[in-house]
Amino acid sequence: MIKNLLSIRDLDAEGIDRVLSTADAFRENMGRKYPTLRLKTVVNFFYEASTRTRTSFELAAKRLSADVLNFASGGSSVEKGESLKDTAQTIEAMGVDCIIARHSSAGAPARLAEWVSASVINAGDGMHEHPTQALLDLFTIRQHFPSFDGLRVAIVGDVAHSRVARSDVLGLQTMGADVTIVAPPTLLPPGVASWGVHVTTELDPVLADLDICYLLRMQLERQKGGYVPSLREYARLWGLDRRRAAMLPERALIMHPGPMNRGVEIAADVAEFPRSVITDQVTNGIAVRQALLYLMLGGPEVKEGGPDAG
Amino acid sequence: MDSGDVGRALARIAHEITEKNKGASRVVLVGILTRGVHLAKRLAERIADIEGVAVPTGSLDIGLYRDDIGMREPVPLAPVRVPDIDGKIVVLVDDVLYTGRSIRAAMDALIDIGRPQAVQLAVLVDRGHRELPIRADYVGKNIPTAHNEEVEVRVAEIDGADEVVLGEVSRPAARKEAGR
Repeated sequence: MIKNLLSIRDLDAEGIDRVLSTADAFRENMGRKYPTLRLKTVVNFFYEASTRTRTSFELAAKRLSADVLNFASGGSSVEKGESLKDTAQTIEAMGVDCIIARHSSAGAPARLAEWVSASVINAGDGMHEHPTQALLDLFTIRQHFPSFDGLRVAIVGDVAHSRVARSDVLGLQTMGADVTIVAPPTLLPPGVASWGVHVTTELDPVLADLDICYLLRMQLERQKGGYVPSLREYARLWGLDRRRAAMLPERALIMHPGPMNRGVEIAADVAEFPRSVITDQVTNGIAVRQALLYLMLGGPEVKEGGPDAG
Repeated sequence: MDSGDVGRALARIAHEITEKNKGASRVVLVGILTRGVHLAKRLAERIADIEGVAVPTGSLDIGLYRDDIGMREPVPLAPVRVPDIDGKIVVLVDDVLYTGRSIRAAMDALIDIGRPQAVQLAVLVDRGHRELPIRADYVGKNIPTAHNEEVEVRVAEIDGADEVVLGEVSRPAARKEAGR
């Protein structure tokens, strides 16, 4: 298995499949505790606020009996001016096997991986990637569809600023899905033409063909940035309301990475529809992270600077 | 052992289980993945023939309880499906009893799930070489072996036929590479 998970691209289709089928075993018996990683120490190294990702990783590690440290930059030596490198090396010197890193700067987890010999998992870096979100989304989709091949997925919203969108697109493409990006022109990422996805600014015409309608969180500060005239306007043009949800085929799933802005990207009642799997995504996140920790930390130690074990 | 031998051994074990437990009303058969699961189902069918009761069966993956975690590549995991075992007599079913390490792991896994009244062990083949103080309550056949030999139990559901074959491990590293 890989030593670090910095991008979803670190896993090929076979690797993703291995994580997902391992997660099946954990999903079947959620809440059960295993002794597997009792000699391992995992640190949640969070330079940016997070509730669900951090608690999800914490639960996943604890259910495998790993010791878990929680490090948040607020109230720590970071406020005294300690650099990322020094902080990471200090934490590693305490004997940590895995660093789960979130940072507001793209590429910070990758830099971290160069400085420490522990495994590094990217838990979200700036507008770059959030690979474990992609894995849990793929897992959730796989619960409902036998194959990813040709599956029609629309990712709707603020794609430009979304690490979730980036990782999901890459992961879905690896697995053979057919991805369409739907966003206001101002929120399309630069260079989207090279992503190998369909791009459109209109949601209505794509709905009838979809297997998955994936809504991104509309970050409220985007309105101040002038990307959208108003949140009401955004909701009217790109929000999944009752009328648009009715245009989706019966089989289509409604997904959202959370936290939701009900009434903006998704109407309050649509989030509760039977085809909405948003709370499943949260539960599945724990199982997928358990699988990842088991596969990454349950094998022989990968030597510093050595090649990743196959 | 050919398929006739395997069938007769399972039939005898089914009788022994019902005899020892005065029927099968409190018995649960839990097979250790992969082949133990199929053997457990066969035993349940035989017990149904003898006693006329349907014995619950389950499947146990021991990957998360192994004592060599961190020494080899992580083994693939399969979902654990075990019925209610609280207060029941659980008969663990495995194909081959060798070092006893799998059984140790299986017992830990079982105890994490519930509190059986008793745990018993049924194996199709006991090949010796125990490394832990573990013994089987029901044995299909004792086959004395050398360390460099390999006992392979085949079941119809996976391998097309029921049989037990004795082979020689030509490359000691082969098993490690195969992962499982």
